[in-house]
Amino acid sequence: MKAAVLVFPGINRERDMARTLRLVSGRAPTMLWHAEHELPAGTDLVVIPGGFSYGDYLRCGAIAARAPVMDAVRAFAVRGGLVLGVCNGFQILCESGLLPGVLMRNQQLRFICRDVYLRVERSDLPFTRGYNAGQVIRVPVAHGEGNYIADGETIARLEGEGRVVFRYSSPDGMIDPNWNHNGAINAIAGIVNEAGNVLGMMPHPENHVEAAIGPTDGRGLFAGLVEALERAA
Amino acid sequence: MKARVTVTLKTGVLDPQGKAIEGALRSLGIAGVASVRQGKVFDIEVEGGDPARTEALLKEAADKLLANTVVENYRVDVLE
Repeated sequence: MKAAVLVFPGINRERDMARTLRLVSGRAPTMLWHAEHELPAGTDLVVIPGGFSYGDYLRCGAIAARAPVMDAVRAFAVRGGLVLGVCNGFQILCESGLLPGVLMRNQQLRFICRDVYLRVERSDLPFTRGYNAGQVIRVPVAHGEGNYIADGETIARLEGEGRVVFRYSSPDGMIDPNWNHNGAINAIAGIVNEAGNVLGMMPHPENHVEAAIGPTDGRGLFAGLVEALERAA
Repeated sequence: MKARVTVTLKTGVLDPQGKAIEGALRSLGIAGVASVRQGKVFDIEVEGGDPARTEALLKEAADKLLANTVVENYRVDVLE
């Protein structure tokens, strides 16, 4: 795995992400500054981490989505390169047009920082091959704007094409408003693009990978990516 | 040349901030407020004095950055 982690001013979860990538793949990622115009040669995974790029000014992710490096990411995605956006990274992917929809203020207007349960909807993606479809995983969220919304037509298409990858659920996998922490439409926590190579999700799988500090349910995502990239090589 | 871009949420998009403001107004005793929708205003000065060019420029600015047209509408007013 030759990963590049994008760094924007105001991002603050890039080191967690780098640590996890190194831990699971055995190789430290390149930290790539937003003003760069090219990805390092041989990059096979781009990760946009969480945080508050540009202080969430204008709209979450709006300014980062227009940074020079994002043109390179867009070209990489068009070629089929794997792109993972977590939390602010998901917001940036939506703002950049790589994923549809938008993340609005949480329905209850509160910043939510806690563990949540996610139902993994499919296991046939590079991002989810480390899980079984229907499996429930426990990972943390930390966001004020995670309430996913898109127009009715887009939601119908996402659902029809099986592009909702993670949903907020109860510990036993039931979809229930009480477990849909931010009020996202259809309890959507993560989606992929049409080609299945760009994934955005609000929760932080990178923070649940070490037994010493709690559950390790996030590890499957990264282990699956390593495996997918090894097979492709 | 001065202009104003006003960005508002599209009808039907839930606005939790507007709802909170609505509740706060009610608790202040300001009666008769039926609903509140929060938006953004950008006051922008543009070089040159061509209103048509200013309007075109700011429409481009709104489409590319100032508004997220998935959930927001915008209006450009050239002021002087």
